[in-house]
Amino acid sequence: MNARWEHFPHDADIGLRGFGATPAEAFEQAALALTAIVTTAEVKPLTTVEVTCEAPDLELLFVDWLNAIIYEMAVRHMLFTRFAVTIEHTRLAAKLWGEPVDVARHAPACEPKGATYTALRVAETDGLWSAGCIVDV
Amino acid sequence: MDTNRFTRVDATTWRIEPHGAMRVPAIIYADEALIRDMDDKVYDQAANVATLPGIVQAAYAMPDAHWGYGFPIGGVAAFDADKGGVVSAGGVGFDISCGVRTMLTGLKISEVIAVQKSLAESLFRQIPAGVGSHGAITLDAIEMDAMLAGGARWAVERGWGEARDLERIEENGSMAGARPEYVSDRAKERQRREMGTLGSGNHYLEIQGVAEILDQNVAATFGLSADDVVVTIHCGSRGLGHQIGTEFLKEMVVVAESSGIELVDRELACAPINSEVGQRYLGAMRAAINCALANREILGHYARRIFDHYFLNCDLRLLFDVSHNTCKVESHMVEGKRRALFVHRKGATRAFGPGHESLPVALRPVGQPVLIGGSMGTGSYILVGDAMAESKAFASACHGAGRALSRHAALKQWSGRKVVDELAERGIIIRSPSMRGIAEEAPGAYKDVGAVVAAAERAGLARRVARLRPLICIKG
Repeated sequence: MNARWEHFPHDADIGLRGFGATPAEAFEQAALALTAIVTTAEVKPLTTVEVTCEAPDLELLFVDWLNAIIYEMAVRHMLFTRFAVTIEHTRLAAKLWGEPVDVARHAPACEPKGATYTALRVAETDGLWSAGCIVDV
Repeated sequence: MDTNRFTRVDATTWRIEPHGAMRVPAIIYADEALIRDMDDKVYDQAANVATLPGIVQAAYAMPDAHWGYGFPIGGVAAFDADKGGVVSAGGVGFDISCGVRTMLTGLKISEVIAVQKSLAESLFRQIPAGVGSHGAITLDAIEMDAMLAGGARWAVERGWGEARDLERIEENGSMAGARPEYVSDRAKERQRREMGTLGSGNHYLEIQGVAEILDQNVAATFGLSADDVVVTIHCGSRGLGHQIGTEFLKEMVVVAESSGIELVDRELACAPINSEVGQRYLGAMRAAINCALANREILGHYARRIFDHYFLNCDLRLLFDVSHNTCKVESHMVEGKRRALFVHRKGATRAFGPGHESLPVALRPVGQPVLIGGSMGTGSYILVGDAMAESKAFASACHGAGRALSRHAALKQWSGRKVVDELAERGIIIRSPSMRGIAEEAPGAYKDVGAVVAAAERAGLARRVARLRPLICIKG
């Protein structure tokens, strides 16, 4: 069980990285790291949203994936806590579970504006996939 | 970073000689202490910008420069369309036309202190800020396009502002060349209920007192004197700008490759100005500029309503409204010739000197107000564009203190509650939905804004006019 996520420092913004046995699992973990930029309070999996994206390669797909979540967070005023990602070639389909932002309970610290190509890396080392980049907040 | 990596031209000018794929040098304006404290990534990113096609003169970085994405934050670069120049979505960034406006109140500090707590509470309750906040305005498709074409002028026409504000806003409040039809439905959807919201991160609304006047003559022209109170708003084009940035960045990565532009960093994603994508981006980006100008005009209107409630005969007059994340076509002297250039400023403020034709008559003799936001504890500065600034960096100056510590490091060092209490002891009231957000923006996480503006002045970018200290800060 190597699935986990982390934040890493950047001067102005925040770096995030997910780890997993497959690219899909690393992407799911990175999505948890994205939510943790906004809040560390509990987010309940009350409703679901589905997204799909497609990009020329896995790294561009990763940025697209994070931006798709950021878009859903913004227009639905939601936070997400659980993610089920499937990746076929460079096409991604995912289900997201979450709930509307409750300002008092979630005390959102900041708002992700977009995922960047800076420090972007999706790679496999000794059977463990990692996916990370800098997110502008 | 190591100062030996530069050619030191003078006390505040540090040049990276062209090497590798660099087409021009890169120049950082800063004093020695600021340069030593800058991350090596600023060096790399400034050098990377210098590799882009059609870049004119040099890639510049301002004294508050720090590690960004693609361009350094505090980066300035100009491109010539006729020399294969590019427009870069990465060079403008996600928060298109993020900027600052300062409004004069005619009040003295003592008058505001008398109602400080109650005023802070009203501002916090009535100005939508942070994730999950809702604006009071919802735009339908027709109004959305009218807003994107009209900017602050649209807001004034709808009753969310005053006509006299317009000449005190860049582009007279309305950016020409905006093409709402080039803004995607997703970007518009993201903005539908976002007008008149502050956003989050380092965005704020502050009530500030004039702590020190540094140039009596210019301050008098600006209408500033000691102990005056001003309202300053820092925010941008909200979700619409973020979405435009996201979409064009993606498109330009592919276009750059197919146009034979070798990107040393994908975040430098760009397209030739004279290309279909380049023109489409410019039209959408200008619409986002209008969105930001309209948003700040509406927030200014909200501030006026609240001040009206607290103070009899209170008249909030706009000093100036200027953006620091844009690409604009401007005329600049290059080697004795006037040329129309596409000037990218990413975390850098336009700083026109005295006599510039775009300035309102009242400001033209002294130059453009350059509004510098510091951290919420240390204060801010009002500068004025220096006549020399055009030859230094296409009439640009710094935009803020610049971060010294990452959010990550700030969270390890401070708690939000402690920051709030410490600032309260110094007479500064902070209101925010998030204690963690406050910790991430702790004053100690920023560089010394005083050192940054002093370096900007020594470098001939802009001169100091007044120092402001915060009284109330509303953070998203």
